[in-house]
Amino acid sequence: MGSTPRTKPPRWASWLLKTFAHPDRREEVQGDLLELYPYWVETLGERKANWKYSLNALKLLRPLAKSENHQPYSTPFFLSPAMLRNYLKIAWRNLAKQKAYSFINITGLAAGMTVAMLIGLWIHDELSFDRKFNNYDRLAKLWQFVKFDVEKASYDVMPIPLADELRTRYADFESVGLSVTRSVILASGEQKLMKTGNYVEPDFIKMLSLNIMSGAPFGANDVNSILLSESLADAMFGSENTLNKLIRLDNKQTVKVVGVYEDFPVNTTFSDVTFLVPWKFFAANDDGAKRDRNEWDSNSYQIFAQLKPGADFDQVSAKIKDIRMKRDNPPGYKPEFFLHPMTKWHLYADFKDGVNTGGMITFVWLFGIIGIIVLLLACINFMNLSTARSEKRSKEVGIRKAVGSVRSQLIGQFFCESLLMVLLAFLFSILLVQLVLPFFNQIAEKKIDILWSNPWFWMAGLGFSLLTGFIAGSYPAFYLSSFQPVKVLKGTFRASRFAAVPRRVLVGFQFTVSVTLIISTVIVFRQIKHAKERPVGYSRSGLIEIGMNAPELYGHYTALRTDLLNTGAVAGMSESSNSITEQAGGTTDISWKRKQPGSKPLVMSNYITHDYGKTIGWQVKEGRDFSRDFTTDSSSMILNEAAVKLMGFNQPIGEIVRQSGRPYKVIGVIKDMVKEDPFKPVNPSFFAVNYRNVNTINLRLSPQLSTQEALAKVELVFKSYSPDSPFSYKFVDDQYARKFGTEERIGRLAGGFTSLAILISCLGLFGLASFMAEQRMKEIGIRKALGASVFNVWKLLSAEFVIMVVIAFCIAAPITYYVLSDWLRNYQYRTELSWWIFAASGIGALVVTLLTVSFQSLKAALMNPVKSLRSE
Amino acid sequence: MPGSMKRAFLGEFEEVVLLTVAILDEDAYGVSVTQEIEQKTGRSVGFSTVHTTLQRLEDKGFLSSRMGGATAERGGRRKRFFNVTAAGRKALQEVKQIRETLWSALPPQTLQLIGG
Repeated sequence: MGSTPRTKPPRWASWLLKTFAHPDRREEVQGDLLELYPYWVETLGERKANWKYSLNALKLLRPLAKSENHQPYSTPFFLSPAMLRNYLKIAWRNLAKQKAYSFINITGLAAGMTVAMLIGLWIHDELSFDRKFNNYDRLAKLWQFVKFDVEKASYDVMPIPLADELRTRYADFESVGLSVTRSVILASGEQKLMKTGNYVEPDFIKMLSLNIMSGAPFGANDVNSILLSESLADAMFGSENTLNKLIRLDNKQTVKVVGVYEDFPVNTTFSDVTFLVPWKFFAANDDGAKRDRNEWDSNSYQIFAQLKPGADFDQVSAKIKDIRMKRDNPPGYKPEFFLHPMTKWHLYADFKDGVNTGGMITFVWLFGIIGIIVLLLACINFMNLSTARSEKRSKEVGIRKAVGSVRSQLIGQFFCESLLMVLLAFLFSILLVQLVLPFFNQIAEKKIDILWSNPWFWMAGLGFSLLTGFIAGSYPAFYLSSFQPVKVLKGTFRASRFAAVPRRVLVGFQFTVSVTLIISTVIVFRQIKHAKERPVGYSRSGLIEIGMNAPELYGHYTALRTDLLNTGAVAGMSESSNSITEQAGGTTDISWKRKQPGSKPLVMSNYITHDYGKTIGWQVKEGRDFSRDFTTDSSSMILNEAAVKLMGFNQPIGEIVRQSGRPYKVIGVIKDMVKEDPFKPVNPSFFAVNYRNVNTINLRLSPQLSTQEALAKVELVFKSYSPDSPFSYKFVDDQYARKFGTEERIGRLAGGFTSLAILISCLGLFGLASFMAEQRMKEIGIRKALGASVFNVWKLLSAEFVIMVVIAFCIAAPITYYVLSDWLRNYQYRTELSWWIFAASGIGALVVTLLTVSFQSLKAALMNPVKSLRSE
Repeated sequence: MPGSMKRAFLGEFEEVVLLTVAILDEDAYGVSVTQEIEQKTGRSVGFSTVHTTLQRLEDKGFLSSRMGGATAERGGRRKRFFNVTAAGRKALQEVKQIRETLWSALPPQTLQLIGG
């Protein structure tokens, strides 16, 4: 058998043998026949050998045989309990061995998850607003578009007769109910409380599926009845039986408690409605309501409606749109009625020129995006660090493979590890959310709880954890497990030059997001500050306002004023038709010389007493303030700058303005006062003297006394006039600050999230820098041995990150500029996008990066090269 | 395989194979056994027959086997080496004894006739 035959046995026979031989005997049989074949060729010739080979092969086929022998060792199975235990042990040891890294990695991910969870809960809360009512999907509020000037404005106040019209003429409505909200003093015995409640038609109770705890709802014929919310009933009567108790409203009429209802849930529009009184009571007692009973052009009341099942809001809106315009004497402002569905009240409350422009939904989107981005940052970090670290474990992979691990086991192991990390982070983040939630609720002004019992919450959380774990684990799982053990163990293995590329891209992305967030937050805060620092046109310090709820406060202007001034606690006192931080009403029934015929601009109307200007400290720009020395001042008018501009007066003093048919002479011009939205231009307004059409007392507290003392003295005076009313006042300062509530809340939240995003980025950077320093330890050692200075090494290690920050900045700046200039366009009174904000943010990002990286690079640079080079 | 440990009857070919394995000592596997039988007996035997017989003898407990000795000419496949077990040796002894008893019972003239 010296010569090796060129010939090979018939392939078909070998194939048959390979496929159908007895599985336990296949190997030896194949080998034996292969060994025999050349012997046969030599002794019998090729043809006979082939024949013999084939015949033997055929005889040895056992197509139906199954392996009987159990193998001496079990087939590697990646879920075998022993191996699982081993994976967990190794995972745990890896965590414990690299404490700092594990801490950074898990904390970073947990922080990201916490932010995402908080935002998720916030969004859930926003989206579930007003969804607690049984028929929420069929409820709507009546709104109307009116056209005073160029643009259509929108109002949710309606004329009273519209309710009956809808009820009787339109079949699509199941119920329609008038409602009006008032702050009322409720008095029973010694107990007096100022509370907000609604006067409503009985249908309202049905529509909102009110849960009556005791008693019964009032019916169509009840007048002097009241339904109290549970909390109000508690506050007024405590544990006593509430039913049939008598309550005096505003010290005028008495009503009987007929029932107690469960408080409206917190996240509903009606959450501050604490009592309900029949509309009939309001219609019988309120002067305005009596007057407006059949008045189609007096819009002061709200109408809620419930559609029949199947009716469509848009279609019904189209039907009711022109109700007013089809009647006699259509008004010049051309009202168009429409239904605003309850599902959109909270999130889509803004209208501009007759079109819904969203509202809170913008912030839901904004925060949703921030949440996703922060989470993404955290995930990127997690993946970056995991993959960077896992390269150090290539030796482990080599040994495991040499010892007999199959690839599926290694894949399983790495997934196990990353899932373990992610699940730890998830648990940690739930803990964090629970801890942070009280503060978060305070900032967001919400009452949010973790949705412990909501399966969706858990599914989303765990689903996300699995996904992150899977993505983060996929690199080591699939890449590392493919290593050839020989190469890895021999040390010839080198991670390819491009292995770090995706990591750099991810870090670059992170920086881009961070820089974008930094710039945006700065701009948002500047915008708020800008609006806050806007000159308001009057002085807010020590200015308080008292609503004139009690009837006793009317008709004693001079006496009340004198008494108040005599206390020495008050520097000025006046009365006005509405609070200085609100604008109650305007008129289009106003004309002047050269007014464009056909134009119907809205001019805000303010009725005040003579002392108003001095009390609030407005700034007279031209002419003079009202004065008792001029008896003609009862038909004089003061305009603001915006009104002068609207009316086109060059010499406003002495011009005649006709309002409701009465001529007024303009005696002065004041600087614009910001009464409404501080982000918008001031509306044209006029001020006229009227001692009857007022509802608010303005007081300037004397600076000589402390606020406490001054208020105590003021209260005494008020008690002497209206002993039965609680003394309640509001600081104009606070009221004005509330105008920034939404913006400040958003700013604070966005600021918080941005800081977290930056923190997460820094954590990731820190980890990555330490990893890179460690990887280049030998290089640094050699460089130092050859004479490199600490600065050289520091520069070497930091340069890469600096370049990344610069690139990220170049990407972030234009994006941010585009987005923010778009956002600022929403505000008519807005800050500028100065270049230095961008520059400062970029430098800030650079400094933070350098600080983070330097810690590691300096540590590496200061290391003794002997130590790093000795280790091999 | 205790289940198949019936009081085995050893067939003629089985006896030859068993003996050959014993002769080859440590080097008994499919190919060597086949070739040894062919050389020692001069008769042509099919490999498949030898293989099946070896397997049957192992099932009966007369042989034990282990894997090993992969070579290039076998395409890297291992051989199954066979060893005679104690039961196998006993069976061979019994067969030999029966033969000897039978031979010794043969009358001398008959023995001469056969040419012993």
